[in-house]
Order: sequence, then C-alpha cells, then structure tokens
Amino acid sequence: MEPILKARNLVKRYGRVVALDHCDFDLHEGEILAVIGDNGAGKSTLIKAISGAVTPDEGKIWLEGKEVKFHSPLDGRHAGIETVYQTLAMSPALSITDNMFMGRELRKPGFRGSVLRQLDHKAMEAFAREKLSELGLMTIQNINQAVETLSGGQRQGVAVARAAAFGSKVIILDEPTAALGVKESRRVLELILDVRSRGIPIILISHNMPHVFEVADRIHIHRLGKRLCVINPKDYTMSDAVAFMTGAKEPPQQAVAA
Amino acid sequence: MSNTQEFEKAAATSPTAVAAFTTHDRSAVKQIQHVLHQSPWMVPLIVLIGSILVFGLLLGQKFFSPFALTLILQQVQIVGILGAAQSLVILTAGIDLSVGAIMVLSSVVMGLFSFRYGLPTELAVAAGIACGTFCGFINGFLVAVMKLPPFIVTLGMWQIVLATNFLYSANETIRAQDIAEQAPLLQFFGNKIAFGGAVFTFGAIFMVLLVLFLAYVLKQTAWGRHVYAVGDDPEAAELSGVQVKRTLISVYMLSGLICAFAGWALIGRIGSVSPTSGQLGNIESITAVVIGGISLFGGRGSIMGMLFGALIVGVFSLGLRLLGADAQWTYLLIGVLIIAAVSVDQWIRKVSV
Repeated sequence: MEPILKARNLVKRYGRVVALDHCDFDLHEGEILAVIGDNGAGKSTLIKAISGAVTPDEGKIWLEGKEVKFHSPLDGRHAGIETVYQTLAMSPALSITDNMFMGRELRKPGFRGSVLRQLDHKAMEAFAREKLSELGLMTIQNINQAVETLSGGQRQGVAVARAAAFGSKVIILDEPTAALGVKESRRVLELILDVRSRGIPIILISHNMPHVFEVADRIHIHRLGKRLCVINPKDYTMSDAVAFMTGAKEPPQQAVAA
Repeated sequence: MSNTQEFEKAAATSPTAVAAFTTHDRSAVKQIQHVLHQSPWMVPLIVLIGSILVFGLLLGQKFFSPFALTLILQQVQIVGILGAAQSLVILTAGIDLSVGAIMVLSSVVMGLFSFRYGLPTELAVAAGIACGTFCGFINGFLVAVMKLPPFIVTLGMWQIVLATNFLYSANETIRAQDIAEQAPLLQFFGNKIAFGGAVFTFGAIFMVLLVLFLAYVLKQTAWGRHVYAVGDDPEAAELSGVQVKRTLISVYMLSGLICAFAGWALIGRIGSVSPTSGQLGNIESITAVVIGGISLFGGRGSIMGMLFGALIVGVFSLGLRLLGADAQWTYLLIGVLIIAAVSVDQWIRKVSV
C-alpha cells in the first residue's frame, strides 16, 4: 500500500552540522507512527521538514502520492498537515481563541464580514471552548484569557486541541505530553486514539516509552540524522527500542528494510 | 478507550466541572491593578482627565473653554497622526525613526508637483501619498526580507529621506498665499468647522477618525490580530500560520501612507510647504506612543492609548504656557511622564490574570 506521507533522501544541514542525513520516512494511512530517538538525533528537524517549517536541502516528499514542496508552515497547513511544535508556537499576549484561530480566523457572515472584515468572535470562542472541553481542560476558566496566564501544561493542551481540531490529512505531535499532568496526558493519548479512529494518521514524537508502546502501531527509530529501523511494538520490548536508538544493539535486518 | 495504567485509575473519580476560585478577597489596589492589566489604555485616559481637571482648576475659564480645549486637538493633530503610524510599527516590536522625514518629504512632493511641474493638485497629492507609501515599503522590505533591525533601517532612512527632501526641494519654501491661490486642495486639512467657541480643523477630525479606524482594524480584523502576534513572538506567529513577512511589509507601508497624510495635514497646519518643518515628529510620536502605554517590546497596548498620550502632552504644553511657565518645564514634566508611564506599565504587567 502506498504510504499517505512518504519522504526519501531528506538532507538538511545547518552550517557544518548535518541534522538530516539522507533520511527516509513513511506514514501509512490510519496509523499512529511513533518517532523516537536520542536528543539531537534530528527528530524535530525531520518533522519540521514534513510540516514545512524548514525546507530540506535535498530529498523529496510525497503526500498521497503527489510530490509536495512546502516553503512555509502555511503551505503544510493548507495541505492538511497540522503540527504541535515543541515550542508550542503560541502568542503569549493573545487570547486562547486568538491563538487557536491564528491565520484561519472566522469572519462574520454577510456585509460585516465581507466588507468590514469583522471577525466572528462569538463563533470562534464557542468552538474553542468546545474543543478544550473535549480535551478535559476544565481548569481553564476564561476562554479569552491570554495564553501567558496559562500554566505550561494548559498551554500544551491548547496547542494539541488546535491541531486536533484542524488537521485533516496528518497530525504531527512533537512531545505532546511532556509538560502535562497524569490526567491530561491520558486525555491526550485518548485524543490521539480518537483522531486515529476518525481515519487521520498521526506522527507522535515522544521520549515517554510507556506512552509510545501503548498507542503506536509502528515505531520509527531515528539515529544520527536518519531512519535506523521501523519496528512493531508488539515484537520488541521497550529496552530493545532503547538499545537500538542509543546504538547499544544492532537493529534487526528485516526491520531496516521496512 | 486506551488501556490506562494502574496509577492513573486514581484520577478517574476526580471532579469534571470547570474549576471555580473565590475572588472576593482581593484588595482595592489589586483590583485596580487587574482592571489596568485588562485595559492598558485606562492609565493614559486617567492621567489625561486628571491633568485637564488640574489645569482647569488652576486656570479656570482660560483653559476650561471649548476654544482652548479644541486648540489642544489642533496642536496635537500632526503628532497624533504620526503617532498612529508609529503605534503600528511599535506593535510589531519595531520602531520607525523615519516618520517625521517621510512626512516632510511627502509634503514637499505634493508642493513641488503642483508648483514646479504644474500638475493638477489632485495628482500632486496622490504622488505625495505614493511617495510616503514607497518609503514605507523600503523600510518594510529591509526589515522583513533582509532581516535588518528596524532601529538601524529607519535610522538610515531618516537621514536618506531627509537629505533627499533638502536636495529635491533645494531648501525652498512654497508660500502660504501661493498655495491658497493656486492649489487650495493642499490646505484641505486646514479647513475649520466652528460651533460656539469650539474650532475643529479637518486635520484634527481626521486624526480622531484615523485612530478610531485603526482601533477597529487592530481589534476586529484578522490582519490586526496578526500585527499583535508578529510583535509578540514572530517565530510562533510564523509557525502558527501568520505570513510574517507580508504582515511586516504591510505595516511599514501603511505607516508610510499615514505619514504622507500627516504631510498633507502639515501643509494645512502651517499653511506653507517647508522642507525644514516637522523636525521633532519622530521623538514626539514615540513619546505619545510610550505615554499611551504601548510596549516598546511589541505586541501589547492599544492605539487609543497613543491618542490619549498625545493629548496629555498637548494639555501640559498649553496649560503650562497659559500659566506663564518657562517652556522647559513642559519638557521636564514630559520626561517624568515617560518614565512614570513605563513604570506603571511594568507594575500592571505583574498581574497575570
């Protein structure tokens, strides 16, 4: 089966540092693909290349079999790829609603929207409130609160809610549970499974092995800027995965080919 | 439902309602701090009303008359219009040191196109406006695409535009009588509406309408939200789908456009076209913006605050002059106000709700 998202030979250099070294990548329809790797292995650069936040120096990317070239995150978003970045990409002084709808604001119907370009604050607030409640972020009191007044975990929750609400083809989550509490992490994992049940594939980057092994269908192990192997979490243990990604153990041959 | 791990089950019975917190135990000072944090333009408004009341009490009818109060509006019209341009740029965490120079060059272009080339006045005005917008575009291009710091770009443009202005105009003034006779459209913003003792020039009315319009655009349109997002954190804005370059260039172009209108209003204000006028425009507009509570770090503040800031300066200048004080007292007090405004800004920012 043709992967929904495929990348071949991606190369990205920052000066003399090679972040991506002829990296391949495959995401199949309806799956949760975990990407794990050591710090500095190039995971974040890989997903930024896929989402359009960085333009690779070499290599090609195909989305649904068609070659795509993204020059900005907006290109990736228009193609239906929604991303939660590690930095969360939020404007601290703006409200939760403003942040959720940044770059895709809803305008009022009729004259006030088309001529006066007036935003439909009410509709956007209602939508934001609904999405946050789905995620169980009940401790947010006011949807018009500035993002800087939220805790780190709440901010992450808002970022995840934003991606889940708008992603139509692929959702990329870079460390989505790093700052979250026990309950909120569980909600995010449930949300990930829920998104998959809607048929949307997910790329999950995480250092949390129990989470990865719980939800992932396949695990892409990244090492030294390229894909080392892809394993099925049912066939290997967490310590195997850790051994592969740190270089303590050679990966199995058939997994390298996958 | 995913398989919960053992320790997570303890959280299953937790309450699901939106958390509620008691808020009644806050002191009056805290509540004021909270209100000011929600609406930063309140501070300059309070200072403005306070200073009008103080000068009104000290001077009585001389100050508290419709004539004197509308005179303040006329005196701040140029600073207010330039301040609107400056506010937009400062909201994006930039600064525009070339606003005064662009204003003067635009007014000179309007004058020379009418008198040196004999073009219809409408066309000359359009050329002046295009000139201002183009200067803004150069600023925007250098800041957004070449990634140069706004301070450096506009410092350079200030000198370049000002020198161009003197070279092009040969440092010649076009006299007010000539303009009134041959190209009265150039003095359009000098027209007045008077009722009672109040006198409103078109320039002053334009300044108020412009600020109201920009306040609407910044609050109610997507572009306005993007201006704040870019000023707040440009990288986050880029990643969350704002076209940062396009937004920055449009802000600087709009700033140049508004400066050109300020140049047109300047002809109305002083009657003539003079290449040496409006030299303090930069500093005065930045002062209005800072006293108005707009953060120099970008992303925070409201353009209404800038208008109040400009009016505060106007009230102090006129009030102290009517009191017979040395003009230096005005500058001294404005210096104090600038520092006080930033201190208050820091204080209200500590409230995180």
